Amino acid sequence: MKVSLGRRYRFAASHRLHNEKLSADENRRLYGKCNSPYGHGHNYTVEVTLTGAVDPATGMIANLGDLDPFVESRVVEAFDHKYLNEEIPEFQCAVPTTENLAREIFRRLESFPRARLERVRIEETSKNSFEYRGN
Amino acid sequence: MVRITRKLEFSAAHFYHNPNFSAEENRRVFGKCANPHGHGHNYVLEVTVAGEPDPETGMVLDLKELKDILQREIADRLDHRHLNYEVPELAGKIPTCENIASMIWQLLEPKIRQGKLDRVRLYESPELFAECVADDVSSNGHGAAGRRE
Repeated sequence: MKVSLGRRYRFAASHRLHNEKLSADENRRLYGKCNSPYGHGHNYTVEVTLTGAVDPATGMIANLGDLDPFVESRVVEAFDHKYLNEEIPEFQCAVPTTENLAREIFRRLESFPRARLERVRIEETSKNSFEYRGN
Repeated sequence: MVRITRKLEFSAAHFYHNPNFSAEENRRVFGKCANPHGHGHNYVLEVTVAGEPDPETGMVLDLKELKDILQREIADRLDHRHLNYEVPELAGKIPTCENIASMIWQLLEPKIRQGKLDRVRLYESPELFAECVADDVSSNGHGAAGRRE
């Protein structure tokens, strides 16, 4: 039996799905409403799951006192109330779909020193979620 | 293989205290959770059982039976209790979400006779959960990685 710990964080951000290599028509056909030129926004929920041994001294896989500031500084503060296309360097050359966002958030959190990052799952809306496990 | 999941809610009190730590260390490591007067949560438990549906009944396990097991093994033990004082299975352990979920796994696993216990997920709040999953025999040491230092 393997034990893991899941923690959810929220941020609000805007994005536009647009690929400069495609024509205006192709972009509209491919991305639909998400291609709207001024962008649109979501309340994103990021679920971070860690695995590792439960420390007998604390009963914890990871202390939220360590995890929360790590995720807050690397993800929540970095993305909250931002326009992903313009303000996040990694999305200057990648379309900020939530698939790509999940990979980017995984990359930013992978070095958490106290436990192993197992997965990042993002709810873009209450109907859509995207999950990345590092491969 | 089909997985069935049943939910159970229970309310309980706890606080975190390691007798080997100084008062200052307890406060530093456990923060607000170290308050010796305790505090409480509405826990939400999701229990998943995996198996092949019985051709006669079409069921992996009768949900009524799972409901009764959860009531007897979990709700009767934990609901409206103080986890530090009233649950012998947690004696000597810090009643974190990880330890409560592990205890629930240990209690339920031998009681599930049809199908196999596949997953136990315990929410302490909508923002925090601990999950136990059955070892995947085909995995390549997945569970051994990432030990805390």
